[in-house]
Amino acid sequence: MSEATISAAAMGSAKSSAKSMAKSAVKSRAIKTLRRNARGLRYVRMAQTSTSAGQSNTSSAKAVVRDESEHSQGQTAQVSHKGKHIRSWGDWMALILLIVGALIMLFPIIILTMNAFKTIGDYNATGPLSLPAHPTMSGIVGFWKMSDFPVKLGNSLLISLIVAVLGVVLSVLNSFALGIGKVKGNRWIILAIMLANMMPQEALLFPLYTMFKHIGLYNTQWAIVVIFTIIQSAYGTYLLSSVYGTFPQAILEAATLDGATRWETLLKVVLPISWSTISVLFVFFFVWTWNEYMIPMAFLMDDNVQTVPLALATLQGQHTMDATTLAAASLLSIIPTIIFFILFQRKLNQGIVAGAVK
Amino acid sequence: MQKDKAKRPAMSRLPGNKSSKFIPYLIPGVLGLAVIIIVPFLWNVCLSFTRWRGVGPMKFIGPKNWIRLMGDATFWKSFLNSFWIIVAIVVIPTILGLLISSVLTDVIQKKFGSKTASFIRALYYLPQLLPVAVAAIIMGWIFRPDDGAINALIAKFTSGPVAINWLGNPKLALPSLMFILIWIQLGYPIVIFMSGLQRVDPELYEAAGLDGANWWQKFRVVTLPSIMPELMVVILTATIGALKTFGPVYLLTKGGPGTTTIVPSYYSYNQFFQIHQVGYGAAISTSLTLVIIVFSVVFTIFQGHVEKNMDD
Repeated sequence: MSEATISAAAMGSAKSSAKSMAKSAVKSRAIKTLRRNARGLRYVRMAQTSTSAGQSNTSSAKAVVRDESEHSQGQTAQVSHKGKHIRSWGDWMALILLIVGALIMLFPIIILTMNAFKTIGDYNATGPLSLPAHPTMSGIVGFWKMSDFPVKLGNSLLISLIVAVLGVVLSVLNSFALGIGKVKGNRWIILAIMLANMMPQEALLFPLYTMFKHIGLYNTQWAIVVIFTIIQSAYGTYLLSSVYGTFPQAILEAATLDGATRWETLLKVVLPISWSTISVLFVFFFVWTWNEYMIPMAFLMDDNVQTVPLALATLQGQHTMDATTLAAASLLSIIPTIIFFILFQRKLNQGIVAGAVK
Repeated sequence: MQKDKAKRPAMSRLPGNKSSKFIPYLIPGVLGLAVIIIVPFLWNVCLSFTRWRGVGPMKFIGPKNWIRLMGDATFWKSFLNSFWIIVAIVVIPTILGLLISSVLTDVIQKKFGSKTASFIRALYYLPQLLPVAVAAIIMGWIFRPDDGAINALIAKFTSGPVAINWLGNPKLALPSLMFILIWIQLGYPIVIFMSGLQRVDPELYEAAGLDGANWWQKFRVVTLPSIMPELMVVILTATIGALKTFGPVYLLTKGGPGTTTIVPSYYSYNQFFQIHQVGYGAAISTSLTLVIIVFSVVFTIFQGHVEKNMDD
């Protein structure tokens, strides 16, 4: 029964994704030429039917990745005409329980924020649970200066951004060769990539440490960039090559008929059509790299190369650190994350589900 | 596409293009994979058969590290603790996540609107978004032994100064660590399950309702089978994540007090960088890799069986 529901959902989503594919395809030049003649339209239509047929038997996990955008639109439509006004006593109870749960989840962050603006005297006098009597920025300013926060922020941004860009480029190139090129041995390469995704970083740590010490990149941001570009692209390749494996055959044929070379097909047809998956990968590579701890901690020794999480961890390691400074530092460290969340909420929501495999 | 392998060269999905023409696109990626992942991993396996302090001469000692590992109580303790970490990262958040996400979808989204539902979901997801090191430090701060918020909260009810050393007491350290990990993890299953639940046909619920099914029966007959793929993904990925747990342990307890909260990844890190027993650390990390791979293979086979059974 459930399989039927799933494949039905997959069919539905495939149609919508084919529609959006066709929409974004309009942007690409190859398809533009295609649309000029009557033959072209037939290909787009064929692409639609071929995706809905092809999608129905892909594994449902993959379908999840695809139908994300439909859900977010679908759910509002679905709710609006359901009887919202008939709320029973039990419904209110459920809401209250969930809000209480959410408050427990938020409790640490709320308390942290309150104490980030206290003086240590204030904290010692009234404890962590009261509001600040004399709100102060001194903890935040203190950590900002002490840790050279702009430098840490710059390092984190630089590393995460370069990894996200290069990781996406590598993922696309790999997936093009594996999913569309069907390069010989592609199954073995994908298996190796899956294993690479599961590998605990400790199993690579010491050899990488020795290697990077040897070539003089140890204790530089570039070591982190190189390592995480590859680690993230292993995940990206795994996801994207399965997406490209079900890339509509008709669109590929149309591109060939148009005389596009492989490189042109990649740039002007495949890339624009898979842009939404790629942008999700980009956001996630960025956030994952930003959040990394172990390898940066083992590789980045000097203050001027460290990242934001490392700066906070260093501070926490000093046991003499008073409670309010640590609270202020933690708050400052989560602000960039909150900003990403607000900026990229939609992409993150799509990506969490796509990123389920991580 | 892949027919006539023997006669014709393999063709790509791009008509008229041989598969081999795509090899150049693969070169940077495969080269990177080889240099950053495959070679270091094999190297690490080799290191597990040596005695080496990280610098100076390396001595090949055969399987001695592995033999020592088998009799090392700390090693077994670290995997026993991994079991508890799995309870905290997989079992409890998955059960709570199923409950919370289905109430969010069935009740909140339907009766209070999807805005309310996704707002509550975002609150639960917040700790997942933070860098794990930062999340761990925040919770460490909340659990501070002398003047932490948890102790202050308890003191409010007991009217006396409370100074429980949550992470430093051998009896409390592991449960406290588990609590922190649950807090970090909970948002993940909720978000994944909610997206799966959107797929469930509301008519199925209505049909079940007409048949007189109660909430629990609907949950078991309609909800659970529908989100089986998500459930599998969450269990697999969270278990792998749990086995790899490092940051919270390193930052909060350093495996202590004693070995009460030691986990394999911290144990190997400790061997690599703190006591410079690189060979032994390599053996620990290799065995962790093996455990993860074996688990993934067994789980995938099990998953295949479950999906087959549901088809019948």
